[in-house]
Amino acid sequence: MEAPTLSDKSTDTGSKGLSCKTSSSTNADDEGVLCSADGTQEPEHKPSGAAQSFSQSVNGNDQDGYHLELGVEGIHCASCIRLIENAMAAHSDVTNARVNMSTERLSLSWRGTRCRGDALTSEVTALGYKLYDLSNDTLEASSAGALEKELIKAIAVAGFAAGNLMLISVGLWSSTAEAMGLATQSLFHWVSALVALPTILYAGRPFFRSAYGVLKGGHTNMDVPISLAVILAAVMSISETLRHGEHVYFDSAVMLLFFLLIGRYLDARAKGKARSSAAQLLSKLAGTAAVYRDDQLVRLPLKDLQSGMRVLVTAGENIPADGHVVKGASDIDLSLISGETLPEFAVVGTQVFAGTVNLTAPIEVSVDKVSNRSLLSEIVRMMEVAEQGAAKYVRLADKAASLYTPVVHSLGALTFLGWWLFMQAQWQVSLLHAVTVLIITCPCALGLAVPVVQVLASGRLLKQGVLLKSGDALERLANIDTIVFDKTGTLTIGKPKLLDEPYEPADLKLAASLAVHSRHPLSRALAAAYHGSVFDVIVSEVPGKGLTAKFEGKTVRLGSALWCGNTETIDDGKLELWLDTGEKPAVPYLFADTLRVDAAATTQKLQRMGLKLVMLSGDRKSTVAQIADQLAIEDYHGQVTPPQKYQHLTDLKAAGRTVLMVGDGLNDAPALAAASVSMSPSSAIDITQNTADIVFQGERLAPVLETLLTARHSTKLVKQNFGLAVLYNIVAVPLAVVGLVTPLIAAAAMSGSSLIVILNAFRIKIRSAN
Amino acid sequence: MDVLLYLIPIALALGGIGLGAFLWTVKHNQYDDLDGAAHRILIDDDEPLEDEASKKSK
Repeated sequence: MEAPTLSDKSTDTGSKGLSCKTSSSTNADDEGVLCSADGTQEPEHKPSGAAQSFSQSVNGNDQDGYHLELGVEGIHCASCIRLIENAMAAHSDVTNARVNMSTERLSLSWRGTRCRGDALTSEVTALGYKLYDLSNDTLEASSAGALEKELIKAIAVAGFAAGNLMLISVGLWSSTAEAMGLATQSLFHWVSALVALPTILYAGRPFFRSAYGVLKGGHTNMDVPISLAVILAAVMSISETLRHGEHVYFDSAVMLLFFLLIGRYLDARAKGKARSSAAQLLSKLAGTAAVYRDDQLVRLPLKDLQSGMRVLVTAGENIPADGHVVKGASDIDLSLISGETLPEFAVVGTQVFAGTVNLTAPIEVSVDKVSNRSLLSEIVRMMEVAEQGAAKYVRLADKAASLYTPVVHSLGALTFLGWWLFMQAQWQVSLLHAVTVLIITCPCALGLAVPVVQVLASGRLLKQGVLLKSGDALERLANIDTIVFDKTGTLTIGKPKLLDEPYEPADLKLAASLAVHSRHPLSRALAAAYHGSVFDVIVSEVPGKGLTAKFEGKTVRLGSALWCGNTETIDDGKLELWLDTGEKPAVPYLFADTLRVDAAATTQKLQRMGLKLVMLSGDRKSTVAQIADQLAIEDYHGQVTPPQKYQHLTDLKAAGRTVLMVGDGLNDAPALAAASVSMSPSSAIDITQNTADIVFQGERLAPVLETLLTARHSTKLVKQNFGLAVLYNIVAVPLAVVGLVTPLIAAAAMSGSSLIVILNAFRIKIRSAN
Repeated sequence: MDVLLYLIPIALALGGIGLGAFLWTVKHNQYDDLDGAAHRILIDDDEPLEDEASKKSK
């Protein structure tokens, strides 16, 4: 056996693979049972206790076969792809098997019986990859991908058309009808129409559809004036072309679509990404559990767990449901629920909660509550309530649009009436001027003002490890006046760290050699602090006590003070591990959860910006007070339960405050959902990251400040852009109203205003780091 | 100006070929798995053939 490496990651994946293999062996046993039945069996009535079954997700496909789309965990490299695909392709009845590495999905098609899919998938599980069902949400999120695709195609078509129309238009602008001849001008107009009309029909669909939808519902949105302007411009241009007139606006109409589609696509991509990652995270939660049934171990989906069932939870696995331990003893990592750093020792009779992690030894748990009434799902439910209750934020762009539509339409109507009634113009001429007003007040600047700033700002933040999960997060962040922090994992790093003290190098090496074998947080911290080679020892773990191994003929122990023969324990709030080598008195290793390096500096800067800081933690009051003192936070609360956190947030909101919540634990999730806007570090658990609007990486707290500054700056730029758009309209609209606008002026004004808005947005890149 | 009668269709056709190629890539999901393609290049082509052979012998 090779000396084990000191990397956290490799032990992680190793044990994951291991747990997969254990589960798959039970699957393989059931395989025969499963498919011995004839192929026509009903999928709903699978022999219960079957292998992990995905039959409910199987679709029939065209070639009289079946198709299955599953999420795969643990794909890292080319050989993973090859392993899975080759294993599947080896079966003659498999028609298609393809792994998508970007989305981590396996797409599988086969001929034959429906239940054949279970045999195939259990084979993948046997290779060590965990499969999970994609929920309907995930599949819906993929259909959001279809929308993006449609937009991309529309952009391509509109871009192609805009480029070609511009070539022709330049010819039209640089000459006059007399110079180029009526026939040539007519040819140019007709070619333009030939290119523009199909383009408008094709690339305008996203706008037409949305406009039709809201009009049917009796509302209006930005797409209504856009659709109207484009359609009217097209119709008017055709009639002008027929009459050999000058006012042909095909180029403007197509360019309008092109610019707006770009804005629309940027917007859709940001939203779609957030949605699909969120849905994928939730899918992973719905796993399976190993249940004893008639003395046989079978795997059941979590939703089929029932009260009284006996579940085997191996080391490293999540506990699937609330219950109590009936056999075995182990350390349980509760950090998910309580934010507590140290695991709790569980023996027979101890209450355990769904979502917590079993660290050291296999235990058997009797299920007390059905999964959807567990503490975990209780918290999830609370989050959903909070999300529904949160007042829907109206985005700046939507506010601008709600002003824009009536103003522009009444201007158009007034122009028509003005020319028709007061100037005694022909109605065609009056209509021409009115339509010019609609075209010239192009909403390009409005449509681009927000998405471009947003994409640049999120790109800038991404470089600093900050991930925006919802499109309007930055806008909402710009308005906050209060920040609520969680302590463990947010202000602190959340993991114990070996304190810098002079340790005997030989002892440290021995201690680390034992520690690498354990998932206990203190062991991990010890292993992480040690750099170098380790001894090859065979270690056994005694739950609740520590690790023991034979080394050079002696028994070595690493664990609690009492276990290592030290009776006088010091309770100074520090975390400790003792090493007993059997020769000399046991030596302690001290650990502490340290503050993020720049926590104090960041909170100070935030307070100087006039923000009110609050700290809510589930930890002991004394610890919380100590940390609050170090950070000069005056408003702090310890031993706060998740419902209390949630309550605190709603109270702050009721007091008229706009709150940013920063937290990482499951106990923070409802509070995150209740806040106006929320952030969580990337070390947070899935469900919390899922709830948060913004996720930041790294061991520093500065991203919170940086994101806030960027948010304020970008919102300022968005408002400036709206200002520029208004300014442009103040100049251009009077020209259109009095009938001075030509196609050249329209095209120049339109692209000019869009360019100015984009250039202004790029100023966010110039801003210095401070 | 007769040259326009050739030039305009040629310009449109050239642009159209590019557009068509792009739409084809979008339609055939060429952008779906950008990470996978980078890794798949490491898989030797002849290995799946062995599997084919074993499949036949079954």
